[in-house]
Amino acid sequence: MNFPILSTLIFLPLISSFFILLTKEKSSNISSIYISLFSSVATFFLSLFLWYSLDVKSSAFQFVEEKSWINNFIKFKLGVDGISILFIVLTTLITPICIISCINSVKVRVKEFLIAILILETFMIGVFCSLDLVIFYLFFEAGLIPMFLIIGVWGGPRRVYSAFKFFLFTLLGSVLMLVAIIVIYWLTGTTDITQIYEIKIPKEYQNILWLAFLSSFAVKMPMWPVHTWLPDAHVEAPTAGSVILAAILLKMAGYGFLRFSIPMFPVASEYFTPLIYILSIIAIIYTSLVALMQEDMKKLIAYSSVAHMGYVTLGIFTLTKQGIEGSIYQMISHGLISAALFLCVGVVYDRLHSRMISTYGGLVNYIPKYSFLFLIFALAALGLPGTSGFLGEFLVLTGTFQKSYLAAMFATFGVVLGAAYMLWLTKRIIFGVTNNSEIKKLNDVNKSEITMLVTLAFLILFFGLYPLPLMETFNVSVNSLIDNYETALISN
Amino acid sequence: MINSLNIMLPEIFLSLSIFSILLIGVFKKKSFNLIFNLTSLIIIFTILIILTGSNNVERIFLDSFIRDSFSNYFKILILLSSLFVLNSSKNFIIDNKLDKFEYPIIILLSILGMFFMVSANDLILFYLGLELQSLSLYILASIDRDNLRSTESGIKYFVLSALSSGLLLYGCSLLYGFTGSTNFELIANQLYKENIGAVFAMVFILVGLAFKVSAVPFHMWTPDVYEGAPTSITSYFAVVPKVAGLALLIKFMFVPFSNILLEWQTIIIFISIASMILGAVAAMTQKNFKRLLAYSSIGHIGYALAGVATGAITGYQSAIVYISIYVIMNIGAFSCLYLLKKDGKYKENISDLSGISKKHPLLAISLLVILFSLAGVPPLGGFFAKFYVFVAVLEKQMYALAIIGLLTTVMSAFYYLKIIKTIYFDDSSITFESTKNRTAQASVFASCIILSTFFLYPSFLNNLVNKLFVG
Repeated sequence: MNFPILSTLIFLPLISSFFILLTKEKSSNISSIYISLFSSVATFFLSLFLWYSLDVKSSAFQFVEEKSWINNFIKFKLGVDGISILFIVLTTLITPICIISCINSVKVRVKEFLIAILILETFMIGVFCSLDLVIFYLFFEAGLIPMFLIIGVWGGPRRVYSAFKFFLFTLLGSVLMLVAIIVIYWLTGTTDITQIYEIKIPKEYQNILWLAFLSSFAVKMPMWPVHTWLPDAHVEAPTAGSVILAAILLKMAGYGFLRFSIPMFPVASEYFTPLIYILSIIAIIYTSLVALMQEDMKKLIAYSSVAHMGYVTLGIFTLTKQGIEGSIYQMISHGLISAALFLCVGVVYDRLHSRMISTYGGLVNYIPKYSFLFLIFALAALGLPGTSGFLGEFLVLTGTFQKSYLAAMFATFGVVLGAAYMLWLTKRIIFGVTNNSEIKKLNDVNKSEITMLVTLAFLILFFGLYPLPLMETFNVSVNSLIDNYETALISN
Repeated sequence: MINSLNIMLPEIFLSLSIFSILLIGVFKKKSFNLIFNLTSLIIIFTILIILTGSNNVERIFLDSFIRDSFSNYFKILILLSSLFVLNSSKNFIIDNKLDKFEYPIIILLSILGMFFMVSANDLILFYLGLELQSLSLYILASIDRDNLRSTESGIKYFVLSALSSGLLLYGCSLLYGFTGSTNFELIANQLYKENIGAVFAMVFILVGLAFKVSAVPFHMWTPDVYEGAPTSITSYFAVVPKVAGLALLIKFMFVPFSNILLEWQTIIIFISIASMILGAVAAMTQKNFKRLLAYSSIGHIGYALAGVATGAITGYQSAIVYISIYVIMNIGAFSCLYLLKKDGKYKENISDLSGISKKHPLLAISLLVILFSLAGVPPLGGFFAKFYVFVAVLEKQMYALAIIGLLTTVMSAFYYLKIIKTIYFDDSSITFESTKNRTAQASVFASCIILSTFFLYPSFLNNLVNKLFVG
């Protein structure tokens, strides 16, 4: 097919943001919202079409586009396979939801907000499409600018601190990756990853390059001990910002491990597995304990995200089929669940302007629909069978058991802690005693909110009960990833 | 002989025009506007002359003057940036009563000096060009002669610069003494590392050049002069002499000093690292926008020098690309300053920018693009500038230089973010006059468009620069 479908996908949001810039409305922002909603839904359907027409029986990159970009040096190369397509669809799904959520939650400078979200979408899709290290870096870093503004302009009281912390942490992590990318270029003569997969980077360089990539992905993931920016950023970001951050930006790192670290540096990946195990287990247990003690709902969910990402890194570096499939599943389902939970917090925050758990209590008596949906998401977050959260964790743990009993034991302990903090949170805000008289006057979820939440709830339950569509998509790609990894190890 | 004068047609045209507009200025009262417009015309004509001329390597005057694609590229860069700097600052000049007819003429004289600098193939001609440029700059720094700080900055610049010129001249005479020639190519043949005296001379010349591009540890004048001089002059200082200085530095490394690579490389690496670190650290606490840009320019020169430090042609090319993008960014940043007018006064403190995103959204977004580009965040132009430099540096496996450079990028991102924070996150305090300063707006717009669309065709500058070192 000659039609550049991936470029269209990437640049559609960017182009529509120009149209928003051209609208001239002073008071209402109806047409900006419609333009952005229309374009993001169009992008979503385009990505669904892409998913539909992708040949999942093949592990090769498809819809490859190649254009000379910097002379004899870097090609603008895009392509998708069974792994990246799911992240693209996740991105294009979450973006319209964010745009709907901002109808209720963003009151000032709506136009600029929508532009920032759309530009961010362009960069996020770009990250998952790029087949060239430099292009990947470009999109990976460029996403910082809109996110920095989203946190800083529309955020809460400590937004400046959080925005700076977010930006500088991520930038510091990624500059080392840039050095590594350039070094790879001089070692292999290319930055095209499909060629690098074949050329094989010399063994003596692998460890140091792997660490340079880790420095970037660990911050983005975030892994313990560089996770501290995440709770701050989540707490201060507006609802839509938190949703994008949790649902998509964190997944870039997991995707990066799968796409770059493991296939390019198989020897180093093997070598550093214990390190990742230790960091992941600390993340799972320590941040779960921290989450237990949070007073702030958003902070609690943020720490739970760190714990969930711990399962992802653990699963990826078991380097077993179950482990990696579980991690991908966990990333997709966490994308849906954390997005839903942040939206739920946003719903009550828009009404009472408080994120403190102590403000709420007994919500089930006054806003039953909201409480029902919240309960679904909370149960999904703790991994109840029948929700998508269960499958991811289960597969990761299965994979871990094959490699290390000890790691698996500790990780399983995290599941219990996860149940503890989520159930306690639910108990305190949904059930319990109502102390705050304002809660009695609360309105239940309105139409736009119910649209977003029910969509997500449906997807969470659907993929919890019927995982086949996702599994089929990435199955072949994961198999070839593991095959290549194992042959690379044997040849060394 | 007469035919070969064609080679220096741009210089001849420039000198004759300078004399004729000087006459107009002397005999006609209140001729600033006329001379200003004529100056712009002269600059455009000179660009056309260079563009229509040939790019072949030609030498005249006993090989002391050389015209090649290298010098032509820099001449065009100097002319274009002067054109933008001059025109964007016109309103500022008139509002601050700096509209003396000498102003554009002295700028043209300094351009003439820079022309000889970049075309020189001989120590004497090079020194003459450098002094013509420097003398013009001393006058420009103190052109607001009734302003205490402007005169102070002029004197400061003069004293320090004269010292560095002295060192440079001493280096030149040493070099002549030990190699027996003033011609760059002949020097190159005589210069080996066993020739200790000549290596010694190289250090003096490097010191003088480092002063001209304000690299650490010879940067002391920069913040004071930038802050003290009128903004229109500062923007000229920040852009044009830096280009000429870097061109000269590269030329010295490429031609006369090419045989003693290891000796000068260590010095340049030190200067480069020191400049990057100082540029990043010292700018953090600045409250004056011009002073901040002074420190940031020190840092940027550090990155360009990192390219030079590789001692390879790819490194020189990356440094040239870097300085070209730096010029675009700085013209944009200074042009923004011309738009911050309130009650007839131009504001230059960072705190004055607070919350302008609400009342001046276009200015705010332009500053956003320029500042993120200065910080080197992709996908803006500034990122590509740094990227090419680090590609060249890592090709030579200078890992420490690359890593320090990138870490200072993160540090310097902090103060650019601080300005963006002031613009976007803080509450608004000042509403600036909606000035009809079309030329400054056009400069800001042009610079933003180039920076934000650079990623569409990032090899544009490389294609030009790749041709400079052939032959």
